[in-house]
Amino acid sequence: MTDDVHARIQGLVDANPVLLFMKGSPLFPQCGFSSRAIAILTHLGVEFESVDVLQDQGVRQGIKAFSDWPTIPQLYVRGEFVGGSDIMMEMYESGELAQLLADKGVAAQA
Amino acid sequence: MAMAAAEIEELIRAGIPDARVEITDLAGDGDHYAARVVAPMFKGMPRVRQHQAVYAALGGRMGGVLHALQLTTEAPAEE
Repeated sequence: MTDDVHARIQGLVDANPVLLFMKGSPLFPQCGFSSRAIAILTHLGVEFESVDVLQDQGVRQGIKAFSDWPTIPQLYVRGEFVGGSDIMMEMYESGELAQLLADKGVAAQA
Repeated sequence: MAMAAAEIEELIRAGIPDARVEITDLAGDGDHYAARVVAPMFKGMPRVRQHQAVYAALGGRMGGVLHALQLTTEAPAEE
């Protein structure tokens, strides 16, 4: 990963309280795992930004090294890597994800 | 490209001592699996690190030859 890509990813992660790196857009996810991640965030009613890695090969490869995580989607909350769609689903079902968002001050709008 | 379930199981076992591994072929196509990994070393480890340990055991295959692995990890229940 080039320094430029690293800086770009760091900038995105710093600028967005809830950020999902995904394939496609929230309206048109291009893979089942990304679709599942969007469904979870939508159910939680939290505001989030997304980055379509299919539009940016540098980010698509770079994010894997950045997070030490081999697959996409990837969820960041307040600069902290939370995990991929399996972890999101487990944490959603157990209530941990809602709790994490609340703890980080990015809870759903009532 | 696909991987055999036995190969996935073997890699995880080799990388994580004492792991209990259950692989399910989700689609019957040898390409979409679910893995449940229960290992003593996961105790007290955040879930992200548990999954990273499994990915490390798979040695870079995850996201490459292994596209779809639905992963569940946990520490064994206390006896």
